[in-house]
Amino acid sequence: MNLHKPTPPAASLNTPLPHDAAALHVAGSARYVDDIPTPAGTLHLCFGLSEHAHGRIDALALDAVRAAPGVVAVLTAADLPFANDVSPSVHDEPLLAEGTVHYAGQPLFLVVADSHHAARRAARAATARITPLPAILSIDDALAADARFEDGPRIWTRGDPDTAIAAAPHVIEGAIEIGGQEHFYLEGQAALALPQEGGDMVVHASSQHPTEIQHKVADALGVPMHAVRVEVRRMGGGFGGKESQGNALAVACAVAARATGRPCKMRYDRDDDFIITGKRHDFRIAYRAGVDGDGRIRGVTFTQYARCGWAQDLSLPVADRAMLHADNAYFLPAVRIESHRLRTNTQSATAFRGFGGPQGMLGVERLMDHIAHALGRDPLDVRRANYYRAAAAPARTGPGTAQRFGGPHSPARADSAPQTTPYGMEVEDFILHDMTDALARSSDYAARRARVAEWNAANPVIKRGIALTPVKFGISFTLTHLNQAGALVHVYQDGSVHLNHGGTEMGQGLFQKVAQVAADAFGVDPARVRITATDTGKVPNTSATAASSGADLNGMAVRAACDTIMDRLRAMLAEAHQSTPDAVRCAGGRFTVGTESYSFEEVVSRAYLSRISLSATGYYRTPKLSWDRLRGHGRPFYYFAYGAACSEVVIDTLTGENRILRADILHDTGTSLNPALDIGQIEGGYVQGAGWLTMEELVWDDRGRLRTHAPSTYKIPAASDRPAVFNVALWNQPNPEATIGKSKAVGEPPLMHGISALLALSDAVAACGDGSRYPALDAPATPERILAAVARQRGAP
Amino acid sequence: MTEVAFLLNGAPVRVPVTDPTQTVLDWLREARGLTGTKEGCNEGDCGACTVMVTGPDGTPQALNACILFLPQIHGRALRTVEGVGTDAAPHPVQRAMVEHHGSQCGFCTPGFVMSMVTAHATGARDHDDQLAGNLCRCTGYAPILRAAEAAADAPVPDWVAQDRAALATLEAQATDLHMPESADALAALLDAHPDATLIAGATDVGLWVTKGMASLDPVIFLSRIADLRGVSVTDTEIRIGATTTLAALRRAIAPLHPSFAELIRRYGSEQVRNAATVGGNIANGSPIGDSPPALIALGATLHLRRGDARRALPLEAFFLEYGKQDLAPGEFVEAVSVPRQRDRLRCYKISKRFDQDISAVCGCFNITVTDGMVTAARIAFGGMAGTPKRAASVESALTGQPWSEASIDAAAQAFAQDFTPLDDMRASARYRLESARNLLRRYWFEDQGTRVSVLEVAP
Repeated sequence: MNLHKPTPPAASLNTPLPHDAAALHVAGSARYVDDIPTPAGTLHLCFGLSEHAHGRIDALALDAVRAAPGVVAVLTAADLPFANDVSPSVHDEPLLAEGTVHYAGQPLFLVVADSHHAARRAARAATARITPLPAILSIDDALAADARFEDGPRIWTRGDPDTAIAAAPHVIEGAIEIGGQEHFYLEGQAALALPQEGGDMVVHASSQHPTEIQHKVADALGVPMHAVRVEVRRMGGGFGGKESQGNALAVACAVAARATGRPCKMRYDRDDDFIITGKRHDFRIAYRAGVDGDGRIRGVTFTQYARCGWAQDLSLPVADRAMLHADNAYFLPAVRIESHRLRTNTQSATAFRGFGGPQGMLGVERLMDHIAHALGRDPLDVRRANYYRAAAAPARTGPGTAQRFGGPHSPARADSAPQTTPYGMEVEDFILHDMTDALARSSDYAARRARVAEWNAANPVIKRGIALTPVKFGISFTLTHLNQAGALVHVYQDGSVHLNHGGTEMGQGLFQKVAQVAADAFGVDPARVRITATDTGKVPNTSATAASSGADLNGMAVRAACDTIMDRLRAMLAEAHQSTPDAVRCAGGRFTVGTESYSFEEVVSRAYLSRISLSATGYYRTPKLSWDRLRGHGRPFYYFAYGAACSEVVIDTLTGENRILRADILHDTGTSLNPALDIGQIEGGYVQGAGWLTMEELVWDDRGRLRTHAPSTYKIPAASDRPAVFNVALWNQPNPEATIGKSKAVGEPPLMHGISALLALSDAVAACGDGSRYPALDAPATPERILAAVARQRGAP
Repeated sequence: MTEVAFLLNGAPVRVPVTDPTQTVLDWLREARGLTGTKEGCNEGDCGACTVMVTGPDGTPQALNACILFLPQIHGRALRTVEGVGTDAAPHPVQRAMVEHHGSQCGFCTPGFVMSMVTAHATGARDHDDQLAGNLCRCTGYAPILRAAEAAADAPVPDWVAQDRAALATLEAQATDLHMPESADALAALLDAHPDATLIAGATDVGLWVTKGMASLDPVIFLSRIADLRGVSVTDTEIRIGATTTLAALRRAIAPLHPSFAELIRRYGSEQVRNAATVGGNIANGSPIGDSPPALIALGATLHLRRGDARRALPLEAFFLEYGKQDLAPGEFVEAVSVPRQRDRLRCYKISKRFDQDISAVCGCFNITVTDGMVTAARIAFGGMAGTPKRAASVESALTGQPWSEASIDAAAQAFAQDFTPLDDMRASARYRLESARNLLRRYWFEDQGTRVSVLEVAP
């Protein structure tokens, strides 16, 4: 055996490698659903939509649709042989309306035609006779009609907040309206169904949740799940909008493919995508807090009103997560959180990056800002005064750690024990004190705040504002059973590795991270690892790629599979060398036992010849979780991800026009699996979060029709809207919990750094007044809202 | 023969045209299987379908393929993302996009690459403006801009010059389609087909097809008419040919009326400005087109033609009411002209987003002050009425008054007599009226040297 010095493989973990498909992206050769070559005879689908927000369907006149050029079939609810249901939760969401329509945009019928354009054109030829019924459109409408999901509000209480507020020196009270947000994934929803022999169906979907697509398609076809295979290679963006909203297209394609015997494809035109699919929940959050002279909260109540739309979809866990983030980074000694999940005749609001967390967090961040304004203090001081206690130093010696008679020798000081969240979880890992200090230093917060004040004194029209806000985001699905994942890893005879896992790639770089995990486990170059399309036939019973969990769950499952194979290889070498598996060392891409050293390829080849299996599954479930949703008590999260952002903005007090001048972000991704991908998530999350709270405005008219249903009317940030100075840094300290590579989830938490932009705008507005009136700037802070807030500062009613 | 000829990624192709409003995007994806060019919005707002088109003048342009009809590229060179680099030799911007992590989901990436390739070929360095028409939902843009900067100094690949050379020998004769090559030919053709739809850049008509599902017949393409295109500046006037693109107008007007040029910088996007024409922006009669208010404030005259008959009228008189213009069947916009004057024009565009957004309010002010007195005022607005409209009461309230804050405050009250704006998804009536008043104040402040633009504040 050769003993020459091994060439170390490229480092795998913690390395800023590009996205696994980057070269395909830039060449235009990365395939999305609509790019898959289709068999001859493939048909194309389009829904006919309700124009009424609420009404009784008296008649659908579809003869003109059937007669339109290229139309092969037109299906209504009556034509569906099995389940007419695309709901991800409680079976309240028919694919095609039955009897009643519940929102403007609800699919009424399905056109099957020989081209995408023929289907779209034909869909417009229908006449729907619908008797309008009173429509519930707003939060106030729904409260007045008591239209809600669940029997009443969910209420979690700790202590006696009302008494604490009454006893406090200052009472701060207010409310914030928080608009929704369209996902605007650049690739619209799409699916392709290919009928197979024996009634089986293969579905390609742009979906974060292939298993759910499989489940809904099976139900719609009246077959077991084993008759349906779903493949997802990649999505052109998801952001939560493809967790459940792709069900309708996949089911429509499968049903039409079954009816016609031909492949069927469906993609929404962008306007249809806006009009049909759910968005981020808009919220109103009312708060009332009693605080001391430093702004420290003694008692607080939050009342959260979520506009959920017509069907339940994922609204209950979304509203739960808003409650779970009502504290953000702050210890709330006495607290009541009340959550109303309101049913309205609008699109069914759905998952969107943060999943309710951003709204809940914005409620308490607004409160912090309000307290600081009322007390005339720097908002950052108020935030620090309310922070959870810092994580105890990890030292294992010193006072308070020795044991005597089975108990602490000298009990730890009470003020070093972790504080608990309103839902009773100990905050053991709180690192925001140090992170805030570091960011305040690196962003030069104090000096810049002073310069902002100088500027505002000197400039009558243009005002500046600055804000520094923290993020503490809970990581794990709050539906505990979803915190599991599987993987399937193959090593081929040539030493190349092919794997699948349950996660889906939507741009976040999950495949690259997981490939790095496998490469690290095998000690090979990441280029030797190939991950192919997520496939329900490879890894079954997957959870949605959601809740920022992709790398945490699937990385660990892949690691487990790799370890199984490595254990077999070690055992084989140990046996061959009369040694023990523990004595087989693997480093730098070499296996060493005694004086012998082998490459990975050599060991793999030997294993094949020795009839050792080179394929394994892996499985992982998140430990330590225990959560009682109804009581609102327990440990819903494995850990928290932290971060802080400082934004500086400028506003025009004549028009309300505004810009973000600079953003500095310090974010905690544990020990980063891939710093480049993590920074990408942070930069992108910030801009998306700032867009949500500034320019992205959804407007419905008084008949419940969405008026902003295209990029011409709904404005997501463009290139020049990113901060002119944009500094992003990673905290890069290991996760105290045993996550994959000691990393932390990164998908959702950075979105909430956008809150700093909204509160910086509020700060600039406040500069127009004398300090007697809080700006109470609602979101999104469009030029119009900012101008109105400026006018209030200057004395308008 | 009803076919069009162009270069596709360097190779000459002849394409039979059965539907003259088939888009280049659909043709690429469905007929040629070139699926690198993506459909993101199908209305020219997201840039995922961006392609590079080089015309007879040899200048590469980024265009949105989703609202570009096949006949519009007759005689031109079309490059798609499949034709700018290879695995072995990627284009410098492709390489930089990988190295700087400029793609995440990758769906917008081909469009970005094409905008960047085009800017790279022309040497443009105003990356934010070059990329304002490309939306990305994943990256927050920062790495894309880093990539654009990193690639800027790399040599331009040979194929850019090769396309230019090949265009000279491309056989692209007249077709059976209505594609006149002169204003005279257009006049005759339109006289014969007064019901025809004129298509210049298709940035508006394109949506009639892609969103309205309209079947347009007959259509007349204006892209090959040379003598309706261009800006001529004399000692007395600036004459702008009807098919002058907004991009060309921006270049021509910048030294004369820089605020108008800055307005055009924010008009649409690079892709839209390369296609959209001044004539189209006027003739479609939109109340929210951005060039009419500026032109009206400059005292523009509109030149119309039918057959050999020509007439001229003040631009503001062309807009009769919402959706109705003073344009007879068979008549078309030939040019718009404005008198040379000292530059007192300021154009203020209010929208939710600075770049590539339709105005909620677009106010253009041209106020002459002599010896401290307002001697003339032309003020025109978009977004405040059913048409682009002058603020006649405000103008008369100012004229003859001292140029002072008191006069401004008094004149601002007159906006309510000039306009009763509407509520819509872009802004409320109240905001429109209030911001219109404040734009007059902004003009005053700016004239006094006070800082008034958030775009000019350094971090």
